[in-house]
Amino acid sequence: MTVVDEVFRAEYGRAVSVLVRTVGDIGLAEECVQDAFVEAVRRWPADGLPPSPAGWLITTARNRAIDRLRREATRDERHRQALDLLVADEPAEEGPVRDERLRLIFTCCHPALALGVRVALTLRLLGGLTTAEVARAFLVPEPTMAQRLVRAKNKIRDAGIPYRVPYEADLPARLRGVLAVVYLIFTEGHLDRPELSAEAIRLGRVLAALMPDEPEVTGLLALMLLSESRRPARKTPDGDLVLLPDQDRTRWDHAMITEGQTLVRQCLRRNHPGPYQVQAAINAVHSDAPSVHETDWSQVVALYDQLMVVAPTPVVALNRAVAVAEVAGPAEALALVEALDLDRYHLYHSVRGNLLTRLGRTEEATDAYEKALARATSEAERGLLRRLLG
Amino acid sequence: MKQYLLSIYQPDGTPEPEVLARVMADLDTLNQEMQAAGAWVFAGGLHPPSTATVLRATDDEVLVIDGPFVESKEFLGGFTVIQAADLDEALEWGRRLAAVLKPLAVEVRPFQ
Repeated sequence: MTVVDEVFRAEYGRAVSVLVRTVGDIGLAEECVQDAFVEAVRRWPADGLPPSPAGWLITTARNRAIDRLRREATRDERHRQALDLLVADEPAEEGPVRDERLRLIFTCCHPALALGVRVALTLRLLGGLTTAEVARAFLVPEPTMAQRLVRAKNKIRDAGIPYRVPYEADLPARLRGVLAVVYLIFTEGHLDRPELSAEAIRLGRVLAALMPDEPEVTGLLALMLLSESRRPARKTPDGDLVLLPDQDRTRWDHAMITEGQTLVRQCLRRNHPGPYQVQAAINAVHSDAPSVHETDWSQVVALYDQLMVVAPTPVVALNRAVAVAEVAGPAEALALVEALDLDRYHLYHSVRGNLLTRLGRTEEATDAYEKALARATSEAERGLLRRLLG
Repeated sequence: MKQYLLSIYQPDGTPEPEVLARVMADLDTLNQEMQAAGAWVFAGGLHPPSTATVLRATDDEVLVIDGPFVESKEFLGGFTVIQAADLDEALEWGRRLAAVLKPLAVEVRPFQ
C-alpha cells in the first residue's frame, strides 16, 4: 500500500461524509472526493504529505464541488442553492475537520433500504472499498453492484432519507440496525475474508469513538476483537478448519484479547447489558482459559442464560446447550438440542453429531454429520465434516 | 418540504360494518391531526376497482375499456398526500396511518 492508499482507506468515509453534509448529494460528494484523491496522487509524491491529509482532501474536494456547481448553477436552481450554501460555509484552511461519519452511517443503514443494500453502501461510502471490492464481497458482477449502489443513492436523494443522527426516541432501534450491519460485515469475513472482518473492526472503532456512551457499541467492538483474536489458530497451514477445543491457544492474538477484555470490563462496570456485550463476555471467558478443560464453563452457561433473556433465539439456545454439555454432560445437552426447531441450520446437526459421538451412538452421529454436510455453507466447514465422517 | 403519497393497499371484499365504522372514525382523527400539524395536503378513499374504466389512445381513437388496469388480489383503496421535511417524518405519519388501518399495508412514495 502506498501512503495515498492508506490515507484513502482511513479518510475516504470522513471526507465523503463532510462533503455530503455541505453539497447535500452523495453522488456528487463521492465524485469530488475521488477527484481530490486523484489530485493527491499527482501532488503528494512531489510536494510531500500535507500536515493534515484529511483537511487537505476535504478542502480540495470542496473547491472541486464549488467548480462543478458553478458550471451547473446557471441551468439548475437546486445546484445554485447548494453553491450558495457551500460558499457561505467556507472552511478554515486544512484545519481539524468535524467528524460527520456518524450521520452518514445512519443514512447508509436506514431501514427503508434493503439489508444487503445497507451493507454495500456502508462498505462503499464509509469503508472506502471500491465498487469492484464490494461486488467481490457479495459475489456479484461489478456492473450489478454499481447499479445497486446507484439505485440506493437515488432512493436516498429522491425519497429524502435524512442525513442525520436519529432523534433520541428512534436512536436505540436505529443504532441496533447500524450495529447489525457492522456485525454482518464481520461475520461475512469470519472464515475466508479477513479483509471484511478487519473493515468491520475499523468501523466498530469509529462508532466506539463517536458514541462512547453506548455500551452495545463497546460490546460489539469487544466481541469482534475477541473473536478475531482466534483467527491465526482457526485454520491449519493447509487451510483446514480447527474448532475452538482443538485450537493452539498460543497462536491467538493476545494484543486483541487484552483490548477486548478491557472493553468487556468497561461494559461490566456500566452494567447495562445487551446482546453484544454478553456475547463479548462469553468470548472473554474463553480467552481467559489456557485450555478447553480449564474453561469456566459454568460461567459460560450463566452468561448464556443472561443472553437468552435479552436475545431468546434458537441459535443462542443451541450455543447454550454446547456449554451445558461441558457442565452437565452430553446426555442433558442432547435433550436440549433435540427440543430445538433448527433442522435447516447446519450447526444444529454438527452439534447433535458431536453429542451423539460422545454418547457412543456412532450410527446416529454419522447420520447427523451427513445432514450437516448437506446444509453447510462454506467449503471449510464441509472439509471439517468430511474429516469427521472419514 | 417534500410531498409524499401514502397509498393504502387492501384485499378484495368489504370489511364488517362495525370494523369499518371504527376505522373511519380513527382515520378522521388522524386526518385532523395531520391538518393541525400542517402535514395534510389531500386524502381520499376510492370505490372498488370494479368501478374503474381504463382509457388508452391508439393512432386514431381513444379506446374505452372496462377496468381495472391491473387485475390483482390487492388494490389501491385510498391515499393521503402529505408534506414532510424528510422520509423519517413521512414514515412517522405512515406508521400512524398503518396502525389505524391494521392489517392493511401503506406504501410511502415521494413526489418528484
